Amino acid sequence: MRELSLHILDVVTNSIEAAATRIIVFIEESIKHNYFRIRIRDDGRGMSEEMVKTVTDPFVTTRRTRKVGMGLPLLKQLAEACNGNLTITSAIGKGSEICVTMQHDHWNRPPLGDMAETVVNLIVGAPDIHFLYRHSTDAGHFTFDSIWFQARMAERNCTPYQLIGPAKEMIKQQLLQIEAGS
Amino acid sequence: MKTLSDLRAIKEKARKEMAAREQSAKYRVVVAMGTCGIAAGARAVMSAILDEINKRNIADTIVTQTGCLGYCDQEPLVQVAQADKETITYGKVTPEIARRIVVDHIAGDRIVSDHVFMQT
Repeated sequence: MRELSLHILDVVTNSIEAAATRIIVFIEESIKHNYFRIRIRDDGRGMSEEMVKTVTDPFVTTRRTRKVGMGLPLLKQLAEACNGNLTITSAIGKGSEICVTMQHDHWNRPPLGDMAETVVNLIVGAPDIHFLYRHSTDAGHFTFDSIWFQARMAERNCTPYQLIGPAKEMIKQQLLQIEAGS
Repeated sequence: MKTLSDLRAIKEKARKEMAAREQSAKYRVVVAMGTCGIAAGARAVMSAILDEINKRNIADTIVTQTGCLGYCDQEPLVQVAQADKETITYGKVTPEIARRIVVDHIAGDRIVSDHVFMQT
């Protein structure tokens, strides 16, 4: 996939399929310390130790666990191609956390891409889930909470569709301010 | 600045409104967002659907996402479901076809027959 934001959308879709009610996407990037880290944490049904070991191998994945499929193997391959790694922490009934670290200036590292589109589509498409998106850079940090979306909807008494434009614009502006994805 | 109880109230209100919307929705649109779908362009397809729905002020339609539907070679897949009617699954949907699905199928009640992959 050409953008990290598409990989993020993919991993979060796993979380949604795992019946998560709360999902946190935390991106930390530092040019100064030369790393780009993505952490995705959910409170879904979690995975057994055995499954954690096998989800990053596309050939071990069975049909029963098919929803994990190719997403994590691809992301792991990408992380390793960027002098980094992918780790999974998970416990049944508690949730999962995927952590991907890459070398910031590695030539194989795809650009961040359109995070505003990823986040807003997720919020609109899975309205029952509480999303938190936090992004930090050398220049600062910002947080977008799906509660913002719900609060605006209640205030203006409008459909979620009417808020897509403003929400995307807001996220883009905030990311620009902290020089994210540069 | 809002307090924690304000936020809880907002969340609760939003949940109720969503449930009401879900109840009264005429169409339910599902975009397949598995790895296969995303790699084939499902995110842009979903954005096109949302944008067209907003432009036309359509309120009785719910748009959600799901994982892999098992027809990866046909991605991006978009399903349009309606109570008491067959579910139409569109295959190899581009953002342009997605807009046509909203205009013809959802706003106009006419299936975009040249892009139907499956009827169930």
